[in-house]
Amino acid sequence: MGGVVVRQYDIPANDFTVAGEASSNVRKILSQLGVSPDIVKRTSIAMYEAEINAVIHGNGGQALVEIDTDKIYIRISDQGPGIADLELAMQEGYSTAPDSIREMGFGAGMGLSNIKKHADQLKIDTEIDKGTTVNITVFFKPQTGV
Amino acid sequence: MKISEVAQLIKASVCTNNSVEGIEVVSACSADLMSDVMAFSKSNALLLTGLVNPQVIRTAEMMDIRAVVFVRGKKPTEAMIEMADDKSIVLLTTDYPMFVASGLLYENGIHGRGE
Ligand SMILES: Nc1ncnc2c1ncn2[C@@H]1O[C@H](COP(=O)(O)OP(=O)(O)OP(=O)(O)O)[C@@H](O)[C@H]1O
Ligand SMILES: [Mg+2]
Repeated sequence: MGGVVVRQYDIPANDFTVAGEASSNVRKILSQLGVSPDIVKRTSIAMYEAEINAVIHGNGGQALVEIDTDKIYIRISDQGPGIADLELAMQEGYSTAPDSIREMGFGAGMGLSNIKKHADQLKIDTEIDKGTTVNITVFFKPQTGV
Repeated sequence: MKISEVAQLIKASVCTNNSVEGIEVVSACSADLMSDVMAFSKSNALLLTGLVNPQVIRTAEMMDIRAVVFVRGKKPTEAMIEMADDKSIVLLTTDYPMFVASGLLYENGIHGRGE
């Protein structure tokens, strides 16, 4: 593997037929690059949760993905309502998703903590009425001293 | 357990066109909430669900789940079958409700555990 692969994706709002396309595409690229299945899975889970959040909570958004030789960086941003209390939102079980979302199979309040569990680095910037940006990094090899 | 054995145990039929050979199921997860499935990171897992929408296939893809059983006679749409075939995921349908289908599989050695 050499050089940085950069990809950008549009994440349409409330469209459940295409939600996850970006994550699916990145997953394919990583597999083709020979990244270990374990890392591909962790990356997929983290990115997909963030992508779904942008779809259901953020009125859609954009994904930027940079794949380096040693890591993948993912930025999912939206211009939605923002998160009022991030600490609360990070807690397992906290969700503001309406019943219509739950009928689609989401809204258990597990996504953000699941991202945290699988990402090596996670940084969330959010501002009320401006939007939310989720920055995820996954290293391809175990990191020491990070 | 092979997919053909799973199908036999819960009287399920296969909806997809891709090959079921080589898929070995060692653990399973029964859920209607994909959020819960996303938190179940065991490998070689089978998913049993009563939810029918494209995100079920997506979720299976992200979680490396190779086979999905729709319970209570629910059937995947053509679009879902196409999507699953594209991702080498096998879709099955059984008339049994979730509890019974899960119980039959559990009784025959598929437990929730696994790697
Ligand atoms: N991009 C976002 N924009 C606005 N609010 C968000 C965003 N992401 C998360 N939230 C808020 O944080 C809460 C918790 O998010 P989390 O992903 O953990 O759970 P969920 O999306 O509600 O359910 P699940 O992820 O289990 O399907 C959401 O219910 C929502 O209130
Ligand atoms: Mg979520």
